[in-house]
Amino acid sequence: MNYHWNWGIFWEPSPNGTGNYLDMLLSGLVLTIETAFCAWVIALAMGTVVGVLRTLPSKTASTIGFCYVEFFRNIPLLVQLFLWFFVLPEIVPRSWGLWLKQMPHAPFYTAAIGIGLFMSVRVAEQLRAGIGSLPRGQKMAATALGLTTTQAYRYVLLPIAFRVILPPLTSEFLSTIKNTSVAITIGLIELTGEARAMQEFSFQVFEAFTAATVLYLLVNVVVVTAMRFLERRVAIPGYISGK
Amino acid sequence: MFSNFDFDIIRRSLGYLFIDGMTFTLTLTALSASGGLILGTLIALMRLSGYKLLGRIAGLYVDLMRSLPLVLVIFWFYFLVPYIGQWVTGASRPISVGAFASSLITFIMFEAAYFSEIMRAGIQSISKGQPAAAQALGLTYSQTMRYIVLPQAFRNMLPVLLTQTIVLFQDTSLVYVLSIPDFLGAASKVAQRDGRLVEMYLFAAAVYFTISCFASFGVRRLQARIAIVR
Repeated sequence: MNYHWNWGIFWEPSPNGTGNYLDMLLSGLVLTIETAFCAWVIALAMGTVVGVLRTLPSKTASTIGFCYVEFFRNIPLLVQLFLWFFVLPEIVPRSWGLWLKQMPHAPFYTAAIGIGLFMSVRVAEQLRAGIGSLPRGQKMAATALGLTTTQAYRYVLLPIAFRVILPPLTSEFLSTIKNTSVAITIGLIELTGEARAMQEFSFQVFEAFTAATVLYLLVNVVVVTAMRFLERRVAIPGYISGK
Repeated sequence: MFSNFDFDIIRRSLGYLFIDGMTFTLTLTALSASGGLILGTLIALMRLSGYKLLGRIAGLYVDLMRSLPLVLVIFWFYFLVPYIGQWVTGASRPISVGAFASSLITFIMFEAAYFSEIMRAGIQSISKGQPAAAQALGLTYSQTMRYIVLPQAFRNMLPVLLTQTIVLFQDTSLVYVLSIPDFLGAASKVAQRDGRLVEMYLFAAAVYFTISCFASFGVRRLQARIAIVR
């Protein structure tokens, strides 16, 4: 291969004047983590609501949940981001549209909300499976104790279901981090975007992408380790992975 | 709300969208799914082969691919493939690879990691007695895999494989980052040329939605039909 390697490139000043190329990549990493974190909060909140809706005995509730899931699952994430970013400001009333277009950091908010809603469907499906995996007796016992449906979910079903689905939730969280890279199409310069920018400025393609790869792997390792720790902390004795 | 929109733009660009764009998307999906399945099965066999080193390499590959965002992988291969091509063919300069070939290689390599996990689960779901019986009949390892294990694993995993293919179909839209005219790329080109982002993106979303909905409905039907009664 006649590629000109230059690993020192990371310590050379970057053209945006805020430090060297390594700083540039690290600022991308921070943005990736911030976006993923905001998206994850939205995904968990909406996912919990929709996941619960789908397990309720009410026909209306489960139909609403079903429609929500089908809508967000059957459109590619990239198209969804375009819908939020380009289409939404045009179809809402004019003054709202202007406000949306002039909003600072629009790509960041769009990405956080768009990816959050996209991932909320995955969380909802996991939660539905988690609640479905609980023995029927749990719900019945809660009802027999005089708990309302809300109380039964709040104090009995959800605390157990969330512990059961913690491992799949970990991989959904990792997907959220990875999916933030799709937001470069709406102008969010996160880690992949910074690597791409570095490649365009410095022509050191493989160094830039290798660094981004290593950073993504590091994030993965950190998240997986942290979640293992959390899994051990919240494990129910005598249940699933409990001691 | 839609008074100043021009939905006729969709009708006028239908030919370009479907004949050029959708053909690209569907061909890419079909070829990547088949290629990914073959490579994925090989990787799964490597992981289950019992040779430590082989299993370790396959495991590393799968873990690596699964921890990277697809967009980054697309960029990686877009720049890497010309150099690999140069190395393989012994040319003096990095060879130029077309948009289609580059994205096809990317998706095969990327999806193989996901398909291999599915096939691994499928192979592991076959009861031990099956390969044992095959061995007792005097079949070799490759015959056992070819005639006994893989057909059953494939059949058991067919719904999951097809669901993964629907995800792949949606993921092919990401070749947009290389400005390749797949279905979304074509819609986006028309949208930007005529300043009709709203109409084109709404239409693209509707098309993806319809196809994915029908496909996942079909998968659910199939799942109910082919389930082996045990």
